[in-house]
Amino acid sequence: MSEPEAMKKTTYREAVREALRDALLRDERVFLMGEDVGHYGGCYAVSKGLLEEFGPERIRDTPLSELGFVGAGIGSALGGMRPIVEIMTVNFSLLALDQILNNAATLLHMSGGQFNVPLVIRMATGAGKQLAAQHAHSLEGWLAHIPGLRVLTPATLEDARGMLWTALEDPDPVLIFENNTLYNMEGTLPENAGPVDIATARVRRPGRDLTIITYGASLFKALEAAETLAREGIEAEVIDLRSLRPLDDATYLSSIAKTHRALIVDEDWRSGSLAAEISARIMEQAFYELDLPVARLCSAEVPIPYARHMEEAALPQAEKIVAIAKGMMSHG
Amino acid sequence: MSSEDEGTRLTRLLRSMLLIRRFEEKAAEMYSAMKIRGFLHLYIGEEAVAVGVMEALTPEDAVVATYREHGQALARGMSTQAIMAEMYGKLEGCCRGRGGSMHLFNVATRFYGGNAIVGGGMPLAVGLALADKMRGQARVTCCFFGDGAVAEGAFHESMNLASLWKLPVLFICENNLYAMGTALRYTQAVRDLAAKGASYGVAAAAVDGMDVLAVEQAAKTAADHVRRGNGPYFLECRTYRFRPHSMFDTELYRTKDEVETWKPRDPIILLTRHMEDRGLLDEPTLAKLEREVAAEIEAAVAFAEAGTWEAVEDLTRFVHSEKGAS
Repeated sequence: MSEPEAMKKTTYREAVREALRDALLRDERVFLMGEDVGHYGGCYAVSKGLLEEFGPERIRDTPLSELGFVGAGIGSALGGMRPIVEIMTVNFSLLALDQILNNAATLLHMSGGQFNVPLVIRMATGAGKQLAAQHAHSLEGWLAHIPGLRVLTPATLEDARGMLWTALEDPDPVLIFENNTLYNMEGTLPENAGPVDIATARVRRPGRDLTIITYGASLFKALEAAETLAREGIEAEVIDLRSLRPLDDATYLSSIAKTHRALIVDEDWRSGSLAAEISARIMEQAFYELDLPVARLCSAEVPIPYARHMEEAALPQAEKIVAIAKGMMSHG
Repeated sequence: MSSEDEGTRLTRLLRSMLLIRRFEEKAAEMYSAMKIRGFLHLYIGEEAVAVGVMEALTPEDAVVATYREHGQALARGMSTQAIMAEMYGKLEGCCRGRGGSMHLFNVATRFYGGNAIVGGGMPLAVGLALADKMRGQARVTCCFFGDGAVAEGAFHESMNLASLWKLPVLFICENNLYAMGTALRYTQAVRDLAAKGASYGVAAAAVDGMDVLAVEQAAKTAADHVRRGNGPYFLECRTYRFRPHSMFDTELYRTKDEVETWKPRDPIILLTRHMEDRGLLDEPTLAKLEREVAAEIEAAVAFAEAGTWEAVEDLTRFVHSEKGAS
């Protein structure tokens, strides 16, 4: 028997910070750039202390110029650096969408393979903090629409700690979405936690009766629902997608081959969504495995409202997952 | 510096402008012959800007250009053959036919496109310069853009970032008076473009963009400023486009008279006259230059004609890198 790995208590925020520190220490080409990342310490306090440790060249405060500094990140990647660009939230990334789509995702192809863009963009996403419509949307599905990008959604401490370095080693642009409700999440990580793969989905809870496919903060709602369902004798298998582009089809399809029931839980809106894409893929590749149609639980198709009870009503919740799952089990 | 004598130097500049002019005339012809498709934005009339500015750059410097960039690509020394083949959409083109006229890229000459989103190349240039500064490399990134780009947020964000971080960017504004087909006076409250650069604390100047020697001089002053670590420089080159915006433009927004009034300011005529006045150019030499340029362009057309089509099976290549990270 090998020694059990030494574990330490940490949070999602600290895990991301450790990942940043690790990257900055490993590779002198790495630098962090974004709004309030330096002197303020990061709007979610993720980069707190890094300015003091690494200095203002590598922990670079930017003006409120999302288009400008995302484009500068792309240019510096072309110029030999390994930038990590932080956009405060996905809602603000819309100001930089031209650079993300028309340059970061496109230059390699348009140049006939000559110019790749080794850039990582991190941003917060999601609702749940009563921040209202302009700070609460989950638009990662939109960005996962774009060929040329990788889109990652670390939900666990292990992934918050481990995905960044692997993303930096990728020769092409990678977007990392950190759900804003996860930063305070506590748990333990091995002392020697390090890089993880960014290509596969993971079964976070095995089960035989029903497959719940989700990612990001919805993972924990799905796991909570699975606990409730287990008390009623329903064993849900919960899959954490981890990567929204490319999608690891094999993991959820093999689960469906076992359970014959699929429920997709996605904090994004339903119409034209990632949930729609996954549903179509299941239909295309596992139609005859299904005992009943694929179900989807997404956010209500409204701008996310401010009032707590309304925001909660708009989002996928564990109770809704339980209700849908029970309904699915009573058919087929 | 170079031991090149004045006559040789000016002949080289003239040849470079002639190459662009004749190359684009041929491109227009091949467009009509349906060999070239999509958008084709001709630079005819503006040659002095690209040729003059390139004189101020070294091979180590980087160039970021717009969708009207045949002139910059040629003046930078990219292969006429690879550019023509690209416009034909052939595999032998500089981007395997995936970019076309608006997206010319070349690693060897550090030519970063060919950007068809107005202002889209500007933040990129800022980033290239940031990388150079962080890595301690004394290189200049030269960013071309038009007067239309000055209205974009990207212009203002890039000016501020480059100035704030004292980055080695040479901003070259090619002011040809029209943002596509709308005159500056209909879109800009302040039409002194150099003043906009200056408002961000960027050293700025304007120059007659039809006079290649004036452009060269101004660009050398500007590049020297940037190379010495003084931060960015904004150079407005006042120029004029003799041809329509693109092959689809019916030019309803300007009169033929206006275009004709600019023709005597043709940069090739101006330089030819300058050289003739000083006894640095005679008729046989000019005829020889024209023959050389024509031969180079004919060779480019032949190369493009003989080119092959990329296999459709390769369609999805270059969405992601085929090499690992370095």
